[in-house]
Amino acid sequence: MCALKTFRNGGVHPPENKLSVTSAIEVFPVPRQAVIPVNQNLGAPATPLVNKGEAVKVGQLIAKGESFISSNVHSSVSGKVLKIDEMIDQTGFRKKAIVISVDGDEWDPSIDRSPMLKKEITLSKEDIVKKIHEMGIVGLGGATFPSHVKLMVPEGKKPEYLIINGVECEPYLTADHRLMLEKTAEIIVGVRILMKGLGVEKAIIGIENNKPDAIRKMAEAASEYPQILVQGLKVKYPQGGEKQLINALLGREVPSGKLPIEVGCLVNNVGTAFAVYEAVQKNKPLIERIVTVTGKTIARPSNYLVRIGTPVQELLLSAQADLDRTGKVVSGGPMMGKALNSLEVPVVKGTSGVLLFAEEHSSRIQLRACIRCGRCVGVCPMGLEPVLLAQYSARSMWDNAESNLIMDCMECGSCHYTCPSGRPLLDYIRMGKNKVGQNIRNRGKK
Amino acid sequence: MSLLTVSGSPHIHSDQPVPKIMYGVVIAMIPAMLVSFYFFGLGAAKVMLTSILACLFFEWVIQKYLLRGPLTINDGSALVTGVLLAFNVPSSLPVWMTITGAFVAIAVAKMSFGGLGQNPFNPALVGRVFLLMSFPVQMTTWPIPKPLFGGTAVTDAISGPTTLGIVKEGLDAGKTVSELLPQLPTYAGELLGNQGGSLGEVSAIALLIGAAWMFWKKIITWHIPVSYILAVVIFSGIFWLINPEQYLDPVFHLITGGMMLGVFYMATDMVSSPINTKGMLIFGAGCGILTMIIRLWGGYPEGVSFAILIMNAFTPLINRSFKPRRFGVVKPS
Repeated sequence: MCALKTFRNGGVHPPENKLSVTSAIEVFPVPRQAVIPVNQNLGAPATPLVNKGEAVKVGQLIAKGESFISSNVHSSVSGKVLKIDEMIDQTGFRKKAIVISVDGDEWDPSIDRSPMLKKEITLSKEDIVKKIHEMGIVGLGGATFPSHVKLMVPEGKKPEYLIINGVECEPYLTADHRLMLEKTAEIIVGVRILMKGLGVEKAIIGIENNKPDAIRKMAEAASEYPQILVQGLKVKYPQGGEKQLINALLGREVPSGKLPIEVGCLVNNVGTAFAVYEAVQKNKPLIERIVTVTGKTIARPSNYLVRIGTPVQELLLSAQADLDRTGKVVSGGPMMGKALNSLEVPVVKGTSGVLLFAEEHSSRIQLRACIRCGRCVGVCPMGLEPVLLAQYSARSMWDNAESNLIMDCMECGSCHYTCPSGRPLLDYIRMGKNKVGQNIRNRGKK
Repeated sequence: MSLLTVSGSPHIHSDQPVPKIMYGVVIAMIPAMLVSFYFFGLGAAKVMLTSILACLFFEWVIQKYLLRGPLTINDGSALVTGVLLAFNVPSSLPVWMTITGAFVAIAVAKMSFGGLGQNPFNPALVGRVFLLMSFPVQMTTWPIPKPLFGGTAVTDAISGPTTLGIVKEGLDAGKTVSELLPQLPTYAGELLGNQGGSLGEVSAIALLIGAAWMFWKKIITWHIPVSYILAVVIFSGIFWLINPEQYLDPVFHLITGGMMLGVFYMATDMVSSPINTKGMLIFGAGCGILTMIIRLWGGYPEGVSFAILIMNAFTPLINRSFKPRRFGVVKPS
């Protein structure tokens, strides 16, 4: 067998620690109270449509995404709107959210809740995009970019491939892996819907080689569609980055500062494909998702199907977390996830996992002087020099940072991960990106 | 859990912090150290111990009383410098000279720039070159290797030139390579370390074993060693092919003098070499070419130390001129 495909520049291979890989997806009980933020997507927040005291059903539209890059929000529970208030979210800030006190579990009757697989795609291309918009689907890989916007290809660009991301390169996380094993047929239908919505003839599903069972099952399910190819990939982080995935699968490089459509590709996560299946075939909005609850201080590493708005705390209790030994709770994976400052934070559309670290693994390694080993340069998947960018940021040399392509950084964290001196390279680079981004926007205004 | 720790991603770190790298290098140097004790006996042990203790002492004293920073002698870098400096001097070097070398290496070449990570030049090499220029006689008096057991015993206190020294002198005196060959150790002897020279440089085999360990542990990458060796082989090979009576073959150049020590242990010093692979390849090639120019036509028989130090000076320029291959950028902007 020839060398497995992977992306060209850099990359790291942290210990995989997929503790929850054998735990089948469990349906998590409906919470007593759901906190549903109105901004769960990349872009503008949605506008609430309900008032305090109003009764809502599961699947009811409760906030409408009105800007171009925005997404609808639906109620994940049935009950009464308790309040619309500022609640702590994943970022640690208070943001507007609709709080619903749960009463029973009454679903909107238009939602098809039967488990029957519906393979035939009846909607037209335009209606598919409309449906995806209506059902509030966002990219479930973590970036939460509104999916319908992605499907609207700009004038003059021609999509050629739909790339489906089943890489799950973050250590610990297994949500996509379990989904591919348990909802294989549905994902394939979702992929076909996305192909139709996008108007492409070819799709490639990329899955890392540490999930041989998922590769086998997905390939089997895709075998009746010759236009869908399942491709195993060498395990390397951050292969789930869309530019890296396209590079791994097709050898193409998305030009600096451009979107994948530039090389005729569009990337969607397997979780998104499943959500699209449910939205288009079953008329079900994005009101629940698979969340991996894992970590060394969790007795029962699990994969739960969770209603949006469920407090993280409840997941931890159910997975038997040893909170006394826990020092850090991360929403997402260990490489790109966000550390939470409260356990009341609700699960949102972008929550792929909740990861616990023991007290002794919660702090960073000892900070030392940079020894110029160049490892950060070697592992950077974008071919940047993190050590240099961090220095430019620390010294406010924004123009130098910009000309050394700081905006190409996707914050994968490989540099900080690999640094023998524990330099907080990414902290500085984030700061630099923020400032350089402002500068670029200001130039645009003049 | 009283309070949750909040920090930016990533939340995990690779398990190779600085001390692990430094002690990894020390472990890699153990085979060569043992060979030096075997061939040069107590003298080698004395130089080694003096050098290590002096380097640690100077680092500690400067950090504590002059820089007043956190103590850094535990990070292993001073230990590496100590061993490397000892590797680079003859086993007969007087104790006070070794201490002077350690002072120059640590105090002048490293701490005066701000300590680990700030030094533009390889500290051990600066120490060695300082000694070579200040005490040329003592630094070029090479005790003949005298195996501890079972070896052919030679009388005490015999010193002789290094293999490269024999060649340089002979060629300068107008002899040809075939006339010189009988005077040289066999290739096998050179590989094992049965030749005159500095403590750590004599045995190519021992150094290669250590290098293999460093590759296995991913302490060093292949870029600098490979381009260094290739440059030496190509450069010396061309002249050897032109005139084998005047120039020795590439294999000879690789396994004599400080070549293996320089290639794997000193040119690869992270602090003073370029940060990206393209730069590393250029750096290695530059080291190789300079080494051969000095060896073939320079005043000294050996050019490894000078070559690496000169290339160290070019490192910032290389870092500035050669950028890594950017993802999604066709032409450098």
